[in-house]
Amino acid sequence: MTAGAPALRVLTAGLLTTVQDGGRRGLQRYGVPPSGAADTEGLWLANLLAGNPPDAAVLEVTGRGPRLEVACTSVRVALGGDADAVIEAEAGPPLPAWSAQTLRRGQRLRVGTVRSGLRCYLAVSGGLAIDPVLGSSSTYLRGGIGGMSGRALRAGDELPVRLDEAPPGPDLRLDAVPATASSGEPLRVVLGPQDGLFSPAALASLLASAYTVSPRSDRVGLRLVGPPLPATTTEIASDACVTGSIQVTGSGQPIALLCDRGTTGGYPKIATVISVDVPRLGRLRPGQPVRFSSVDVAQAEHLRRARARFLNAMHERLRPR
Amino acid sequence: MAVAARPPRYLPAADTALVVEFPDIASGSVLDDVLDEVLCLDAAIARRPPPGVLETVPAIGSLLVEYDPLQTSQAQLRAALDALLDQPAVAPRAGSMWRLPVHYGGDDGLDLGEVAERCGLTVAEVIDLHTHAVFRVGMLGNLPGLPYLTGLPDALRLPRRDDPRAAVPTGSVAVAAGMSCVYPVTGPGGWHVLGRTPIPLFDPASDPVFLLLPADRVRFDAVDRTRMAELDVAVASGWRPEPER
Repeated sequence: MTAGAPALRVLTAGLLTTVQDGGRRGLQRYGVPPSGAADTEGLWLANLLAGNPPDAAVLEVTGRGPRLEVACTSVRVALGGDADAVIEAEAGPPLPAWSAQTLRRGQRLRVGTVRSGLRCYLAVSGGLAIDPVLGSSSTYLRGGIGGMSGRALRAGDELPVRLDEAPPGPDLRLDAVPATASSGEPLRVVLGPQDGLFSPAALASLLASAYTVSPRSDRVGLRLVGPPLPATTTEIASDACVTGSIQVTGSGQPIALLCDRGTTGGYPKIATVISVDVPRLGRLRPGQPVRFSSVDVAQAEHLRRARARFLNAMHERLRPR
Repeated sequence: MAVAARPPRYLPAADTALVVEFPDIASGSVLDDVLDEVLCLDAAIARRPPPGVLETVPAIGSLLVEYDPLQTSQAQLRAALDALLDQPAVAPRAGSMWRLPVHYGGDDGLDLGEVAERCGLTVAEVIDLHTHAVFRVGMLGNLPGLPYLTGLPDALRLPRRDDPRAAVPTGSVAVAAGMSCVYPVTGPGGWHVLGRTPIPLFDPASDPVFLLLPADRVRFDAVDRTRMAELDVAVASGWRPEPER
């Protein structure tokens, strides 16, 4: 499962803290979902602050985070997101959003409530040294693979870090505030692949109505509650899904699929969230309202290229703390 | 791929995937020759991947092609797939034949009695039909290594359960939607469970990781409790079945 000496000891695990990286690729044909960070931008920016490759293994914190004790000489952690993060029993200021901090042996980092959005990412310079399973260190809870023996973190876990790969240099912060909460702006979708199985009224309802994120949501999917979207047929021949597929169950309620989704499904998919807005799905909290607007594929591709330029420019926004 | 009677349809899944849907599946029929077309295109893409293609996911009537929108565009991908479809077919892999032992009924097959009742058959007749069918792996999906098996006798056709279970145990052999399947890990499911096989279909620590692949054929053999217990022990010590051919 893991290799190397532990650098961080888990004192308490938080609500749901898992090891995630860029995800498992090329195995959807065997029924294995990509998993990986639910908010890939949070993952990339945490790793940018830590000086790591963009897809290095990090901790994904959900709602409320862990307490960690440093078990090596020193280690640098980076907070990708906005959470109440403090070094326990020290008078110093809390760790600001989107910043890195070097910690010494015996110091204890407490990641409390995620203040904005649902998740934040805790990267460690060098990256967590978790042996990959099927090509990735990401935890896939339903399949019981990856991360800490396929499960969430728990008290007593010890996390090894590739300390010899940690880059030298000062602790950094991001001189920009990337989105952490999913803003009230509509999530942009391309209709289909099975929009043809819905009436014009149902398609109009999807784009005109407010939906609410159900508490029964997880890394598999966001269940949305709102006006039903009846399809002309409730079951189709199972076909492949993507992260961002909006499938409609027999009750007419939509589910936006996240990264631990089934690779295929038998419900019709009315629309698909465009790739620039997929990370926003990972930031939505239960109870939050959601609206959708429709774009075409060419617009989605244009928006994606613009977003890639924006994220690439984040290198220039790194400053010493 | 001259075998296609009608050209496939392209359906966008936003800006990262294109679904290539082959005709006839929309009518609900599950045809081996539709699956052959899917697997032919899949093999053609694997041999000469168009720029930007990340992975492909074959289903029984369609192939999903996932791509990196920063390396290509959907318009370019469509043109590349059109060109591949115009070329002579690439033969997909020939499947293997597997025989999987199943203990039907009891705690291993909670729905066996109900399935018999709803189909107007005796329990023995359900087992007889299920063990005499030659199934074909149409696709893997939903959970790691989960095979969707075509070839279910019409007498066993039932819709999915109204109340899906939160946790169907590993190895459960089930029927619904005109197909049979095996749950490789414990997970949610709405199919009717007839029995359990001790043979792991997904084992990340073993080689191969996934026992069954699309185009493989499967027959089930009924075994009793005593034989199941022996097989559970053998599997725990690393034994795996070999394909017949």
